[in-house]
Amino acid sequence: MRGNLTAAGVLVALFLLWEAAVRAFHVKPIVLPPPSAIFVEFFSAPVWYLRHAWYTLLMTVGGFALAVVVGVALAVLIVESRLLEKSIYALIVGLNSVPKVAVAPLFVIWLGTDAEPKIAIAFLIAVFAIVIDAVLGLKSVPPDILDLARSMRGGRLATLWRIRFPCALPSLFAGMKVAIGLALVGAIVGEFVSSQRGLGYVILSAQGMFDTARVFAAILVLAVMGVALFWLIALLERLAIPWHASQKEHVSTH
Amino acid sequence: MKARPAASIEVSRLRKQFGAQGVLAIEEASLSIAPGEFVSVLGPSGCGKSTLLRCIAGLEVPSSGSVTVNGAPVDGPPERLGMVFQRDALLDWRNVADNLMLPIDFRHGDRAAAQSRAAALLALTGLKGFENAYPAQLSGGMRQRVAICRALVDDPVLLLMDEPFGALDALTRDQMNVELQKMWLAEHKTVVFVTHSISEAIFLGDRVVVFTPRPGRIADVIQVELPRPRRLAVRGSERFNGYASHIRTLFEGMGLLKEEA
Repeated sequence: MRGNLTAAGVLVALFLLWEAAVRAFHVKPIVLPPPSAIFVEFFSAPVWYLRHAWYTLLMTVGGFALAVVVGVALAVLIVESRLLEKSIYALIVGLNSVPKVAVAPLFVIWLGTDAEPKIAIAFLIAVFAIVIDAVLGLKSVPPDILDLARSMRGGRLATLWRIRFPCALPSLFAGMKVAIGLALVGAIVGEFVSSQRGLGYVILSAQGMFDTARVFAAILVLAVMGVALFWLIALLERLAIPWHASQKEHVSTH
Repeated sequence: MKARPAASIEVSRLRKQFGAQGVLAIEEASLSIAPGEFVSVLGPSGCGKSTLLRCIAGLEVPSSGSVTVNGAPVDGPPERLGMVFQRDALLDWRNVADNLMLPIDFRHGDRAAAQSRAAALLALTGLKGFENAYPAQLSGGMRQRVAICRALVDDPVLLLMDEPFGALDALTRDQMNVELQKMWLAEHKTVVFVTHSISEAIFLGDRVVVFTPRPGRIADVIQVELPRPRRLAVRGSERFNGYASHIRTLFEGMGLLKEEA
């Protein structure tokens, strides 16, 4: 709580500094508008901004959810099959270094200009973090515990469900925290490439008219959205794994 | 607590090599264990004593020879097997009560039916009141007590313990020895207890099986004729020291203990 207050204080101080600097050095608004102008721009049409933000949010969450489902499924297959580990996993780790943004235009060719290519790009950028962290988590079960499960005649599925999944959760949440930010990047890239809606579209069209205040207003909304999504994952993490060491202070002590 | 009959174990000409060219863990071992017997398996680190335990548990397949539990060849973990490892292997995400229910959950058993035995075991080990605590909140000794309760909760016919107190401090270890003896006296399960502590092996065992260094063979089997319940003070007795010095002589003969460098 104190940490949050400090962060908020630093943020306010930065805005004040920015405002003062822009005024003192007579920076042109087209280069860098003062924060006050950005807030005025946002509050001149808040519903309009929020409507575009909503669209971007849907694309982000859609891509992220797909990445979690597909990523965890892939991770399970990779962990359960030595063959798949050697083939798919190596491929995935390799593909992760390809700049995924570069393939975004392809999705427009394949999927059109509706929501699908945006969700697809958000998914593609986010899925690697999920797969890699989920594999790490599923493999993090101590050998003693796997022996214990076998000694209790636990089958593969039962062991996966009762042992591997819970054990993987801390790592999976770490991956999800990274992936949610990446999905937001993916959604914006998708909107840059082709869109009539969303904050990516707002930024691109405002840039075309040199409306810098509008670009900044959209970025500000994006920043708030990114932080809120991260917090949401962190909140889910606290609810899902209260037992984990990183959450220990939340465990009741009686 | 009404216990089901304990298991007998028959190990005959067991040999275990890991891989065709790999480590020869056990050269040859034969051993009969009667129902309700407490057998300590003693040996230096890496002598194959844990491998013997894992072969009995069906976690390893022997290279040759055979293991039977209650006359049935072991080709996978037998039913109603309780195991305790050196690290307690508790599940961090389950509280004490739920950790105890793991064997019940794995066989899709009735949790409610197991509650009274779970409560009795927790009371016996002084863990009453800790049902809702998570493993991270417990000391090493308490964690290992939970692990032992978990191994016993489904009323196993056989309890296999792999250096269960090896990671505990000396005082806690003594205390755990006393408690384990108490639990064993209550139900007389068949127990195979692997350790590298000479005094622990004698204190707990009806027999002590002494292993040679790798490749493991059984060097000697010592019948421990000390009346039960044994008190910790028995470790100062003449007879106890007789067993201990006999074992030390065996280890010296193997070159494991040297008075001079």
